[in-house]
Amino acid sequence: MAETVLETHALTMRFGGVTASDNVNFKLKARELRCLIGPNGAGKSTFFKCVTGLLTPTEGHVFMRGQDVTGWQPHQIASLGVGIKTQTPNVMDALSVHENIWLAARRFHAVAEARGRADDIIDRLALGAIARTPLGQLAHGERQRVELGIVAVADPWLVLLDEPAAGMSAQDVDRMTDIIHTLTHSAAVVIVEHDMQFIRSIAETVTVFHQGAVLMEDHVDRVMSDPHVRAVYLGKNA
Amino acid sequence: MERSATQDVLITLVVSALLIWIMPMLITTYTLTVLIIYGMLGLSLGLIWGFGGILCFGQAAFFGLGAYTYAIAAINIGESTVPMILAVLVPAVFAALLGAMMFYGRLTDVYLGVITLVVTLILFKFVNSTAGPQYVIGNARIGGFNGIPGFQTLNVPGDPNAYIWGVPYYYVCAVALVIVFLLVTWLLRSSFGRIAVGIRENETRMGLMGYDVAARKTVLFAIGAAIAGLAGALFANWGEIVTPNLFSLGQSAEIIIWCIVGGLGTRLGPIVGAAGLAYLKFMLGQQSMIDNTLIIGLILVLFVLFLPRGLVPAISGLFEATFGRARRRPAARRMRRARHG
Repeated sequence: MAETVLETHALTMRFGGVTASDNVNFKLKARELRCLIGPNGAGKSTFFKCVTGLLTPTEGHVFMRGQDVTGWQPHQIASLGVGIKTQTPNVMDALSVHENIWLAARRFHAVAEARGRADDIIDRLALGAIARTPLGQLAHGERQRVELGIVAVADPWLVLLDEPAAGMSAQDVDRMTDIIHTLTHSAAVVIVEHDMQFIRSIAETVTVFHQGAVLMEDHVDRVMSDPHVRAVYLGKNA
Repeated sequence: MERSATQDVLITLVVSALLIWIMPMLITTYTLTVLIIYGMLGLSLGLIWGFGGILCFGQAAFFGLGAYTYAIAAINIGESTVPMILAVLVPAVFAALLGAMMFYGRLTDVYLGVITLVVTLILFKFVNSTAGPQYVIGNARIGGFNGIPGFQTLNVPGDPNAYIWGVPYYYVCAVALVIVFLLVTWLLRSSFGRIAVGIRENETRMGLMGYDVAARKTVLFAIGAAIAGLAGALFANWGEIVTPNLFSLGQSAEIIIWCIVGGLGTRLGPIVGAAGLAYLKFMLGQQSMIDNTLIIGLILVLFVLFLPRGLVPAISGLFEATFGRARRRPAARRMRRARHG
């Protein structure tokens, strides 16, 4: 049995009268790849933000490797060795690709070691040609790739990705899929995603959110063929 | 590639030695001294705003605090060494407390500006209202709007009778600015400086990388205040009096204008902007045809419209374009967020 790296107990988040996350119990094992899907407003992103510390849940607890991290700041959670990529690209636009990745490596390593690790990741992600270019001048797909590099260079054991494939070309998505597969060699990965094709290509176990709660959790093929899930996605009353 | 650290230091030393030698032939050392002090004050804001993205409307508060700390301590101690050290430490500690309150409270952008502005105003009002004899620290009367005159000015450390004034004081200030400039250079090359620039660019991302953004901004804010405090103490020695006008809004606004005109995100820009505009103000002060604040305002408007990146980046851009040296550092100094805080 692999160790449980991420667990939520009865996680609930309310915004005024709206319950965006409703009593979510979630478990993730080491080196597992899990996709979170659901229609707009299903509470995926709220759940994601509660786990990453961007929001503090109204009720319930978040555990990482057995440690209660409920209410921690994002930087404290990241310091545990958790890599996080938010929905909108969050990168340093005026800085070069290398500097962006170096800054991420520097958090956990000395200056020279960080430079070496940044160079390695730049090679691995085939970013060598643009290593000295400021992020602001890059295309969306490249920026997404750099942000994955920022996450990967820190050697995380848990990676949380919010819509990594959003707005990317098919070729970029393929490359992204490869990178994510490499990440799963050493880390558990949670992906929040809309793109069904991307999920089919990458996922094994899928958790479906609906109206803040977990609707279903199963293998991707069974989830896709489930009439209940299809109804939710097509907006019928299920 | 960027210049190596040794090259950077050598160029700085040679250029500043030349300037220290040549400038007194053009401008009197008395005026030059205050231009240097303003340059240091400009650099203090240039560091935290241009590289840390912290737009502080109250840099004058730290400048004034440094000056007052020096004056009060000098009267009580009668020797200048310890007061100089205190003049750096007191504003730094004050800024660390204020900064911790603001940054851990997650105040950003305009709220930060408002709070620093209000703190400056509070200090201004407070010091202005301390005319009565009950406002005494040790032997020093704070003196309200009259300020504090007649304190011990800078002396050779250990010998209170060996005053440093006139031309030697000009050299002391110039060397102090060079040392501060080199320290800032070193800081910006260090991991701390590079992380600070990262925070300027994207706080959320730096937080998600695991950096404690609030702590780092607080430290940078305190460093900026320490430099402003040193400039304040040097100013107190130059003027031989400190008055509440050091805390005035006009002073605070002027520092921001220096940075914008000189060029944010550069080390040299705020110094050039400060010295240049202060000298212009000095020249305009010698005629009565036109009000000098009008000219300074006009210059600011023209710069914002036509040279929004400031003088130093514009000149270095022109220089590179003219001499055709394709630099591998395209627009690295471009600012995005800092202008809003």
